[in-house]
Amino acid sequence: MRTVTFPVGGLYPVRHKHAAHRSAIRNAILPAVSIVPLRQSHGPDAELCVAPGDKVGEGTRIGRAIGDLCAHVHSPIPGLVREIRPVTLPDGVISTAAVIDLAGSFDRLGKVLARHEWKTLRPGTLLRLIEDAGVVGMSGVSQPTHTAIDARAAASCRWLIVNGAESEPYVCADHRLMVEHPAEIFEGLQIVERLLAPDRVTVGIGADKRDAMRRMRAHDADGRRRDYVRLSVKYPQGDERQLIRAVTGLEVPSDGHAIDVGCVTVSAATLYAIWEAVVTRKPLYERVVTVAGNGVARPGNIKVRIGTPIGGLLAECGGVTDPVARIVIGGPLRGYATTDLTTPVLKYTTAVLVLTATEVNAAPTAGCIRCGRCAEACPMGLDPARLYKLVAHGRSGDAVDHGLYDCTECGGCGYVCPSRIPLVDGLRDGKANR
Amino acid sequence: MSTNPPQFHDRATTGRMMWAVALSLLPAAGWGVYRYGTPALSVIVVAVGAAVISEGVIGLIRRRPTLRDGSAVLAGLLIGMAMPPWVGLHVPVTAAIFAMLVVKWSFGGLGGNWMNAAAGGLVFAFYSWNRQMTGTGVDGESSATVLTTVRGALETASGPVGGPVGLLRAVGYPVSSVDVSVTDWMNARVLTVVGANLPGGYVDLFLGYVDGAIGDGSVALILIGTIALVATRVIRWEIPAAYFASYAIVTRIFGGLVFDDGYMAGDVLFHTLSGGVVFAMFYLAPDLSSAPTNRSAMLVYGAGVGVLTFLFRFYGAYPGSGAFAVLVMNTLVPLLNRGFRPRRFGTRRRRDPGGGVRAIAGAGRKP
Repeated sequence: MRTVTFPVGGLYPVRHKHAAHRSAIRNAILPAVSIVPLRQSHGPDAELCVAPGDKVGEGTRIGRAIGDLCAHVHSPIPGLVREIRPVTLPDGVISTAAVIDLAGSFDRLGKVLARHEWKTLRPGTLLRLIEDAGVVGMSGVSQPTHTAIDARAAASCRWLIVNGAESEPYVCADHRLMVEHPAEIFEGLQIVERLLAPDRVTVGIGADKRDAMRRMRAHDADGRRRDYVRLSVKYPQGDERQLIRAVTGLEVPSDGHAIDVGCVTVSAATLYAIWEAVVTRKPLYERVVTVAGNGVARPGNIKVRIGTPIGGLLAECGGVTDPVARIVIGGPLRGYATTDLTTPVLKYTTAVLVLTATEVNAAPTAGCIRCGRCAEACPMGLDPARLYKLVAHGRSGDAVDHGLYDCTECGGCGYVCPSRIPLVDGLRDGKANR
Repeated sequence: MSTNPPQFHDRATTGRMMWAVALSLLPAAGWGVYRYGTPALSVIVVAVGAAVISEGVIGLIRRRPTLRDGSAVLAGLLIGMAMPPWVGLHVPVTAAIFAMLVVKWSFGGLGGNWMNAAAGGLVFAFYSWNRQMTGTGVDGESSATVLTTVRGALETASGPVGGPVGLLRAVGYPVSSVDVSVTDWMNARVLTVVGANLPGGYVDLFLGYVDGAIGDGSVALILIGTIALVATRVIRWEIPAAYFASYAIVTRIFGGLVFDDGYMAGDVLFHTLSGGVVFAMFYLAPDLSSAPTNRSAMLVYGAGVGVLTFLFRFYGAYPGSGAFAVLVMNTLVPLLNRGFRPRRFGTRRRRDPGGGVRAIAGAGRKP
């Protein structure tokens, strides 16, 4: 089997996967209170369709999607809507959230869900099921899935790529899903294949996930030709552009999208959510989250309801032990630090990490010594230090000419910078204040 | 409250990198002190002290101390080690102060300097105190460096002289007992297999049993230090590798001419092992601040330093060819960074701002 990667840039951060990658997915205790933000994708808030005092069931729709960048939001637990209030999401954006108190009985929890036949359904119906379940990209970029694999995508899609790279350190939620639920993920893939009718299908799995590769291949028995490739453990191998470059050799144009080179990528966790949406008709209201870091007593992979405050999740993992330097929501390179333990788990929250000082390696910011490490790490061929200086000098326009908008904010430059210059911050400022 | 990514970092910090480089120099410095004794120690101590005091004074004036980043100690160490032990102590002091105040801080301190601070201080010293730096006699006690000996012998020699090593033997330059035994063993046991024969003198150069600057004599110890640095990725391999490649090629082709040996007769081994070339290759040329920031520019830069080192060494009026070559290439770094910018992902070719982006052709659409 081939091991593929992208040729330019990239880095090998300390991987820290050992803590949780062998730990089987376990179910979280249900939260007594669930805080469900209406912004569950990188788009606008969904439109609220419940009011305080309303009774909701497990999976009741509480937010209706507006436009293509938004997905429906469902109640993760049965109960009563206590209040509607704004919450600050990890990335600093403020979203309206429904606060739901647990009450009443569960429709799905603890029951064997009926499996619905999907092979007879028309593509439009399948897409509607996925849309109704509120499925979004689960492993980072949280585009609503029904817009990523719709008829327009089908018209251009020649190459479907399954993303099992999971190149962020610590995170192994997708890994565990592939190991424990390969049949479901595989059926999810069949559903997407049905929708997109691609010429080729490639399943890419991180080279460090041999067990996942073995399990996934073992379920590939429907006779269709699919390629399996090992993806290098280089970061950010899981980013769409780097994934496509590694698998197909094509580069998504700087000003274009994956579909411009005929490619659609979908992550293993998203395939699982698609399977749940179509086969068990279950809305997306829970997900697997990796809880890890040296500051947490029992690291592991937890199946948790969306809207669960991270404090509850951490308590379930034995609480916090060592002096904590940072609590991170998401992977350590792309994620955000927070001090608010009521921050809820979102559909695209891959991990909650409790990092100690020896893991963070923080240092005071110093002047740039022009070592070029950031440029060496940049997977987009940019010179982050140069862009940073241009932005800092109020020359964002020049920074744009040097590729500011090519920056995918993977965080690689900030990781390697020996002077701890906040490069990602600076580049974001440049994009925002142009 | 939330803070932006990334949330964790590589262990390397600017200070750690500088201290690591300084640490890696210590074996070679220790060798110099062992060989030359107290004078060598005082040159090093004085150079480091002058650099540290300069940096400290600047820190006081700026009310922002920077001594902990180790760059002053490193620059002082490099300057001291590149000087001969018999030099007057005002030379390292002036060179270190010049390096810190003029070359480094007048451009804004660590990272702001476009010129390698240590190399700048050294070249300043070479031009100002040429006789002391080359060591042909302050007070009659000092001995000449290998290169000065070769130079001197070459002026009086005529016709083919058997290369630099032949010249050294002709003027009776001593060969240590270590060299004799190692060379004999190599010739008897190892090199007979390939039918080669190693003349005496090279082992002295490699191990540092020759007179020269304090710290650049022992190529072996410098190599040990740099291997550790490259392995821990404190310095990158591109610049030393390109430096060595270009220097070796040019020396092989043209290095025989000054010895009347004709083309393709240069003694690469001798010219690499002697005269601080390895020191410049691993400690002056790859200086982070004054070298280019991307790979292809680094390769061109390294190759340029190699060719210039050859030119200055064989046809220049002054010693210190490595340091001087580094300085000249420093001036070209902005140009190199600009000219060898890597291709941006998803664009067809390198382009300068203002040019159009041409999207690459896709896999095409379905019919």
